[in-house]
Amino acid sequence: MEKTTDIFRRRKLTYTAVFLIFLTIFAGTSLITEFSLADGAASFPAAAAWIAENLIPDQEAMERLPRILERLLETALLSVAVTVVAAVCAFFFSLLGSNIPHIHGLVKRLVRIVAAFFRNVPDVVWAMLLMFSFGQNILTGFFALFFTTFGLLTRAFIETVDEVSASCVEALEATGANFIELVFQGIIPSALSGITTWVLYMIETNIRSSTLIGMLTATGIGYLFDLYYKRLDFSSASLVILSIVVLVLVIETASNRIRKVVLS
Amino acid sequence: MTDLALIHPPLPAELEKAVTRSHRGKIRIAAKDRSRPAVNLLIAVLLFLTVLAFCTFDYQNIDFSKAILDTLHNIRTVFLEPELTRETVGGILYQLLVTFCLGTLATILGAVLAFFCSLLCARNLAGAGSVHVIKSIIAVIRAVPTVMWVLIFAVSAGLGSVAAVVGLTFHSFAYLTKAYAESIEEIDPGIIEALKANGASYWQIICQAVVPATITYMVAWTFMRFEINFANAVAMGAAAGAGGIGFNLFMAGSFYFDLHEMGMLTYIVVIAVVILEMISTKIKAKVK
Amino acid sequence: MALLEFQNVSKVYNNVTKALQDVTFSIEEGEFVSIIGPSGAGKSTLMRCANRLVDASQGAIFFDGQDVTKMGKKDLRKVRTKTGMIFQHYNLVERLSVVENVLHGLLGKKSTLSGMIGQYTEAEKAEAFRIIQEMGLTEQAYKRCDELSGGQKQRVGIARAIMQKPRLILCDEPIASLDPKSSKVIMDHLKQINREKKITCLVNLHQVDVAIRYSERIIGVAGGRIVYDGPSGQLTEAIIHEIYQSGAHDLIMDKLG
Repeated sequence: MEKTTDIFRRRKLTYTAVFLIFLTIFAGTSLITEFSLADGAASFPAAAAWIAENLIPDQEAMERLPRILERLLETALLSVAVTVVAAVCAFFFSLLGSNIPHIHGLVKRLVRIVAAFFRNVPDVVWAMLLMFSFGQNILTGFFALFFTTFGLLTRAFIETVDEVSASCVEALEATGANFIELVFQGIIPSALSGITTWVLYMIETNIRSSTLIGMLTATGIGYLFDLYYKRLDFSSASLVILSIVVLVLVIETASNRIRKVVLS
Repeated sequence: MTDLALIHPPLPAELEKAVTRSHRGKIRIAAKDRSRPAVNLLIAVLLFLTVLAFCTFDYQNIDFSKAILDTLHNIRTVFLEPELTRETVGGILYQLLVTFCLGTLATILGAVLAFFCSLLCARNLAGAGSVHVIKSIIAVIRAVPTVMWVLIFAVSAGLGSVAAVVGLTFHSFAYLTKAYAESIEEIDPGIIEALKANGASYWQIICQAVVPATITYMVAWTFMRFEINFANAVAMGAAAGAGGIGFNLFMAGSFYFDLHEMGMLTYIVVIAVVILEMISTKIKAKVK
Repeated sequence: MALLEFQNVSKVYNNVTKALQDVTFSIEEGEFVSIIGPSGAGKSTLMRCANRLVDASQGAIFFDGQDVTKMGKKDLRKVRTKTGMIFQHYNLVERLSVVENVLHGLLGKKSTLSGMIGQYTEAEKAEAFRIIQEMGLTEQAYKRCDELSGGQKQRVGIARAIMQKPRLILCDEPIASLDPKSSKVIMDHLKQINREKKITCLVNLHQVDVAIRYSERIIGVAGGRIVYDGPSGQLTEAIIHEIYQSGAHDLIMDKLG
């Protein structure tokens, strides 16, 4: 019995210590960023009021709905196109970075470094960089999202390929299959469900990211939001948010359904 | 049918019973399950949408080859000739620290809120009604892009660190609530039952069973979210004037058009992210 | 002429771990040979050297008179089509159907394009079904392999190997993950293939009793060396002790029981 109380006491001590450490970090970071919890908490009622006030679009906003929906559709198609193209490129690239045979160790390492590079360069950097050459064009958003998506998916696919290939690659090699047959008959069928899961997830993520990119590059739905927001036309701005929420929720629900069937 | 039988003569009766033939009389070999047709359909739809996207995009008669060449030139300038022109190294590192702190604050606040909220929406701890309502609210919060949360809060708090932290927190909170709740739902139901049978109170069950059983997953998710929050904090600096190194990036890229400085700032961010990734991998391994 | 011949084969991993040391033996066409030894003795490495899933560090390996170790890719592919392989963890493409997995046995002979898209002739498909029937898997033919039991999966593995029309089948711990009943089914199938199709079988086992019951000849491996090579009838308790390097009483009980 004494032992258990001991464990409980130690647990209590650990909890207290962790709590104090986080409190210190919290205080320190607040100081540096000039953040105050009181101000943060105070902004809640105002934000809630803002949402309540603008949630139901007014007449003017409703007139803008066709334009908003047009941009929304464009954003949705953009995310799908970016994700699909990036996924195809990332899949073949990830083969070079995976642990399957026939690939030189140096190539493997290089692929992983390149993937880490594309993954970690912020998409806002790509967006600004591409603004110089492509201007206010949809391709600016396309390539900015492409690079990050490509990096992320390459890492994800390397893991997927390594996970599934351990069992089937050796067996197919032993039958005399060559590299291409190995990939198409062994790795792709095994990895396909994992890959689709990632692709669906990235489509959803890219819709959200593209609004940010849109603000920076003055394209797509992000630009529209920025425009209304800066004009203080909050009702229209909130209609933009509402439309994005609906789109994301629809895609999320659809992908959950698809995932269930695909993974069965 | 007779024609087909001529082209593809039937197998011995015993074997013919086992095979299924296509409408052309060929032997099928694919598995009979729902998964593969679904994947094929999904791929077809996604490819169709991709082609549709490329056909409907408004390219505004852009000179594609020139744009590509310019891009390559700019990429070379940014990544091969990085240089700090207006800022000092110390100043930039301080801005990096600010970004780091923004991400940390949002993660801590989001994690604390998410922990309590996840107790209210884990199926094995809360009632069905509360689970349903909270999970729906969480889904809506998650669906709003982070930058929009920041801008919504900026209406009342003004652009700056308060709006940025609260906005980042909101999205983190929703993300982590979902992740925590899923971890809690995977706890062995026996553990909770045993404590209940012993007459343990609600908070005793939380502290003695739920937390110890899920802490590794929660820590892993929190650090993953921290990495995302750091990247988001950079983006918010650029897009929503939240300060930190993101704002410097934005000024270098969109105000001074200084590609050299942009390159240097990018490298600093990338190195910081890689270091964070390594640290969080270490911590995750330790907690396990 | 021997079908498979190892001459002074050694294998060193990462310049340190000696997996095989100076291994020499030969196997005649039609033989059923078991390799026994404790785990980590080098049985798997030995087997994988034969079709070069693992490259030997030293020595020569002859398959049907040709040196496998000095072969180019094309010739190696040809050798691999003539040697089937069966694995402990079955190594099937789990999300494909049983038929598709059996047809994978033909990949080595197919052109890259038709192999890539999985295009097979009607005669090939009919042959696959015939083998599936032989293995008693007709009911499962259109099931995905992840729906099968362990014993059924291993029978798919055997069917895939037979589809190759091989001269030699390498079996790496074929029953190590199976229950006794399924193990018997699998070993009986292997024995039957060996007798009726005259396919040479080389089987890695760690159950001494199974090895003695099914094979005429046993090779004992310990510490990367061959310590016994002879008829299964002459395997004494002392030799078993030497192979397993312990007073493993239960092993002997296995043999008697």
